[in-house]
Amino acid sequence: MTIEMQVPALAPTPAGPPLAELRNIYVAFGGVHAVEDVTVDLHAGEVVGLVGGNGAGKSTLIRVLSGAHTADSGEVLINGQRVEIRNPRDAKALGIETIYQTLALADNIDAAGNVFLGRELQSRLGSLDDAAMESATRNVMGRLNPRFRNFKTPVKSLSGGQRQSVAIARAVHFNAKILIMDEPTAALGPAETAQVRELVMQLKAEGIGIFLISHDIHDVYDLSDRISVMLQGKLVGTVRKERVTKDEVLAMIIMGKQPGDVTQSDLEELHG
Amino acid sequence: MTASTGRADGILRRLPFRPSWETLGLPVVVLGMTAMFAVLAPNFLAVSNAANVARQFAVLGIIGAVQTVVIISGGIDLSVGSVLAVSNVLMAMGLAQGDIPLGLALALGAGLAFGLTNGVLIGMTRLPPFIVTLGMLSIARGFALTITDGVPIFGLPSSGFSWIGQGYLGPIPAPVLFAIGAFIVIQILLTRTRFGTATYAIGGNEQAAVLAGIAVSRVKVAIYVLSGLGAALGGIILTARVNSGQPLLGEGLELQSVATVVIGGTYLFGGRGRLVGTLFGVMFVGILQNGLNLLGISTFVQQIVIGVSIIAAVLLTVWRDRS
Repeated sequence: MTIEMQVPALAPTPAGPPLAELRNIYVAFGGVHAVEDVTVDLHAGEVVGLVGGNGAGKSTLIRVLSGAHTADSGEVLINGQRVEIRNPRDAKALGIETIYQTLALADNIDAAGNVFLGRELQSRLGSLDDAAMESATRNVMGRLNPRFRNFKTPVKSLSGGQRQSVAIARAVHFNAKILIMDEPTAALGPAETAQVRELVMQLKAEGIGIFLISHDIHDVYDLSDRISVMLQGKLVGTVRKERVTKDEVLAMIIMGKQPGDVTQSDLEELHG
Repeated sequence: MTASTGRADGILRRLPFRPSWETLGLPVVVLGMTAMFAVLAPNFLAVSNAANVARQFAVLGIIGAVQTVVIISGGIDLSVGSVLAVSNVLMAMGLAQGDIPLGLALALGAGLAFGLTNGVLIGMTRLPPFIVTLGMLSIARGFALTITDGVPIFGLPSSGFSWIGQGYLGPIPAPVLFAIGAFIVIQILLTRTRFGTATYAIGGNEQAAVLAGIAVSRVKVAIYVLSGLGAALGGIILTARVNSGQPLLGEGLELQSVATVVIGGTYLFGGRGRLVGTLFGVMFVGILQNGLNLLGISTFVQQIVIGVSIIAAVLLTVWRDRS
């Protein structure tokens, strides 16, 4: 990415080691490069939008950080230290929580059971402490979605927004330092979307670093401090939001053009 | 078994029981059957008959209990009957040498080894449980036949060991005590431990379980080891009860145990189900067979009745889920 040095709109790296950095990541599926030499980073209290069309490789890239995939090559650094993330457990141990596009909830289990899935609270004798888990879930839900009431029904019967609350509660309760949200508003209505946006700002204010993944720039533009754009498995570039327009980002997503290179005819084509 | 809700079930969790197929429908059917046989068959309610039925079906209960765990996880263990036979003949071989600890170690070791092999193959590869345990059904049966040359082991020296299969504690037959113990342990595992929650989660949405950080492979290994150990316990009890080693013991037990589980309302494809349902499922099968026996109805007809019951029970749970 030599272009980075030539184009002023591209983001300079803030001082200090980033909270998380994915460096020169490659992921291939049976000879097809899903992610090719991509480097992105994230600082504390920062929201980085990771955008690109379907199949651009953004989800695959971020799954390397959440432990759902392993990279074929490249490095993952947390606070400047190289780490090995072999599975979701490793990621969680490093304070990386992920809210998946599919929400990844166990439909047959209730809200508290899902929040604590895999990390259940236990009493001294090793038996589940249901009361403590339920009260902790009520606490975190009180913060996220005060109207949430269905603590004891399997989450299958919940609405999209409620399910989203459960998925977010899981991340928030365990004090994520790095939060990955993959298309967090894809399944939500306008009111619920607004709620999630508010929550993102709140978590950012608490110093959490957030990767926000979306195929739609409109979803993430307002919330993001920086935006990294991927196209066909490669990084087009990373820009500071205040230095680019939505149209320029759109040109990056669709045409792979750098912000300074966008011509009037390109813009017309985008809107045509 | 009050308050024995699985974590899968939410509403009214703190009530002593919740009206459902497992806690109301099936018990009513079992009671109704009991009343009917009590009227029709004079000896049915005799204490000795009840004790006999319980003893006869204790081993099916143990196998049904472990099969419940396997099925809730979205799996199935078809090898339980064959593994039971291996444990049975190994126990008998130990007894034949007058060495009870050796027999116990061999029998439990076999259950552990077969369960571990099932679990590792299912947990570490993408092979479906049906295929792995179908293969193991044949392998373990072949093992039992090979080590005995196909000849049953008779003439075991008498010892205190036979209490396990033939003794009583007060009015309760010893095998029933083991079955009660197995149900209590498995009920605690399913509802009070991380292992249980993981089992429900894997059966409900395996991908979500992986992403939640559950060590799915390890939990699966543990589930099939539990199943293998349950089969071994069954084999040990049956060794004491039939006082011999029978390489063909336990044939058909895999499907009988699956029947008790689904009659008990557990969803065959995982994620939902409760152990208390299996308890009543075993009682249902036991009382039905015994009652029909006392009425002089042939075992051939009994098979038809049990088959109809399986389909009817699953139909009922499907209707329940739709409403």
